[in-house]
Amino acid sequence: MTLAPPPATETAARNAAHRALRRVTRLPVAVGLSLTWLALMLLCAALADWLRPYDVTQMDLMARLSPPGTPGHWLGTDELGRDVLSRLIQSIRVSLIIAFGATLLSALFGTTLGFLAAQFRGAVEHFVVMLADFQAALPFLIMSLAVLAFFGTSMWLLVALMGFYGWERYARIARGLAISAGAQGYAAAVVQLGATPRRVYLHHILPNVASTLIVSMTLTFPEIILMESGLSFLGLGVQPPESSLGNMVGFGREYLTTAPWIMLAPAVVIMLTTLSISLAGDWLRDKLDPTIR
Amino acid sequence: MTPVLDARDLVRIYQGRQGLFARPTPIRAVDGVSLAVHPGETLGIVGESGSGKSTLGRMLLGVDPAQEGEVRFNGCPLPAPKTPEWRALRARMQMVYQDPLAALDRRLTISVQIREPLDVHAFGTPAERDARVHDLMRSVGLRPDQADRYPHELSGGQRQRVVIARALATNPDLLVCDEPVSGLDVSIQAQVVNLLRDLQGGRRLAMVFISHDLKVVRNLCDRVAVMYLGRIVEDGPAERLFANPQHPYTQALISSVPEPGRPLETRVILQGEPPNPAKRPPGCAFHPRCAIATDICRAKAPPLRATAPGQTAACHHVTGAPASQAA
Repeated sequence: MTLAPPPATETAARNAAHRALRRVTRLPVAVGLSLTWLALMLLCAALADWLRPYDVTQMDLMARLSPPGTPGHWLGTDELGRDVLSRLIQSIRVSLIIAFGATLLSALFGTTLGFLAAQFRGAVEHFVVMLADFQAALPFLIMSLAVLAFFGTSMWLLVALMGFYGWERYARIARGLAISAGAQGYAAAVVQLGATPRRVYLHHILPNVASTLIVSMTLTFPEIILMESGLSFLGLGVQPPESSLGNMVGFGREYLTTAPWIMLAPAVVIMLTTLSISLAGDWLRDKLDPTIR
Repeated sequence: MTPVLDARDLVRIYQGRQGLFARPTPIRAVDGVSLAVHPGETLGIVGESGSGKSTLGRMLLGVDPAQEGEVRFNGCPLPAPKTPEWRALRARMQMVYQDPLAALDRRLTISVQIREPLDVHAFGTPAERDARVHDLMRSVGLRPDQADRYPHELSGGQRQRVVIARALATNPDLLVCDEPVSGLDVSIQAQVVNLLRDLQGGRRLAMVFISHDLKVVRNLCDRVAVMYLGRIVEDGPAERLFANPQHPYTQALISSVPEPGRPLETRVILQGEPPNPAKRPPGCAFHPRCAIATDICRAKAPPLRATAPGQTAACHHVTGAPASQAA
C-alpha cells in the first residue's frame, strides 16, 4: 500500500476507495514506520552526547577504513580511523537542527509576509510579491555562497540563511488563500462579525491553510537538508571538525569505491528521514482536515 | 420615528477594464440610491443579476464605503470600515449570506461559530455565552446534539440556520439578507423564510431582504424597492406594488411570476438583456427594453415621483396617483 498523494488524473471513485481504505487501517504501516523513524532521529539528536560511543574527532589510526561490523566500530571507520557511527549520530543532531530550524523559520517568515500582503493589499502586497519573485529568480546557492563567504560560517548564520530558503512559496500560498477566503468566504463573514484582523488570521485563516502549508513544509524540509549538504560539500556549510550529514557525504565521496560505508550511512539517513517527513506530512494533513475524516 | 437605517444618494463606482490595453471605464454599480428602514420593518430589494442589489447591501452595512452619499444608522453616520468603531458596530448590524457553506469556517463546529460574535464582542460570561448559543440553536430550529457537527455534515437549510443564528447572536437592530434562500430547495426556502419572519416578529428587527425571487419577497416584505441598473425604479408597500405596479419594468417582473388562474398570454415579456452597466443608455436606462418608450425616455432620465401615498416610480409615463389607486 502506498501513501503517496494520488495523481490528479485518478477518478473520484478511486479516491473515495482510497479514503475508505485509509479509514479501515487506522494508522497505515508506512506512516507508523516513518513516525517511528522520526522519533528515533529526534531521540538521537537529543541524546547525541550519551549515545555516541566515541568523540567525533577521536582517531583510531590502527583501525582506519575498517568495514562495518568490526567489533567496536559497528558502522566502520573513515580514512582517519574516526568512528562512523559516532559521527553519524552527531551529524544527525546538527543536520536536524539546521533543517527543522530553517523550515520553521521560512514557514513563519513566508506565511507572515503572505498574510500581511493579503491584509493590507496595495503597496505592501506589491512589495511582498516583488520580493517573492526576486527570491524565486535568484539562484539560492549563489546567494548563500556570497553571504557565507562574507560573514564566515557559523551554525546560527547557516540556520538563518537556510531559513530564507523557500519562503516565497509559503508567502504565495498564504497570500492567495487568504485573499480568496477574504473575498467571498468565511473570512469575510468573520470580519463582518466584527472580529479583529488578528483573530481572523490566527483563528480562522491559519488553521484553514495549515494543511497546505504543512505539505509545503514537507517539501522544503528535504530540500534544506540537501541544500546544506551541497554547501557543506562545497566547504561552506558546517565546518570540520563538526560534521553534518551533507558534510559526511561530501568527504566520503573520495572513498566511494574503496570504503562506501562512509558515504552510504549518512546518505541512507538523509533518504529515510526525508521520506518519513513526506509520508508523515501527508498523513498529518489528512488528519487535520475534518471534512475527510 | 427615526429609521434604523437611512441611506441618501448612495453611489458606488467600480473601475472596469474592457481589455488589456483599454482605458478603465467607470461602472456605476449603485447610482444615487436613497432608502430608509424602520424598526420591525422588512424592506425587499429586487432586481435582475447585475442590478447592484448585493453592492447596495454591502454599502448599507458599511462593508463597502459609499463613494458619494451617506448611510446613517440609528441617526449616526457609519464609521470607516475596519476601524475599531466599525467593528464594535457589527454587534448592531449583521448579514446573512447566499452561500452558507462558504460563509462558515469548515474547520470549526457550528456551536463554536454561533458563539463567535459573542466572543468577539465580549458578551457576558463564558457560561452565559454557552447558554445563549443553546437558546439561539433552539430558536432557529437546530437540535442540541447538532452543536458539535461541522458545517459540511449539515444540510443546506441547516447551514443557513446556523448563519442566521450567528447573525442574531448579539441581538442586532438590522439584518441584511443577501439572497439567503436562492441556494436552497423550494421546500427549504419556505422554512427559512418562515423562520426569518418569526425571528423578526419577536425582536422588532429591521431587515433588508435582497432577492431576485418575487414570490419570496411578496411573502416576507413590508416594502419593496425595485432596482434596475443601479437605480431604484419603483418603491412602495409590498401589497400595493404587487397589486398595482406602475413602472413598466416592475410590471414585467411581476407578470413573469406565474399565477394560477391567470392566462400566460398576459405576460409582459422583456426583449433583450439588461444593458452593460459600463455603457448605460442615455435617458431612462430601461428604454431599450421598454414597450412604451418615447423620445423623452431616450433623452432624459426620469426622477422618482410619488404615484400613490408611500409609492414612488421613476418613469415619464407614470402620472400622479389617481384617487382610485391610492386605496
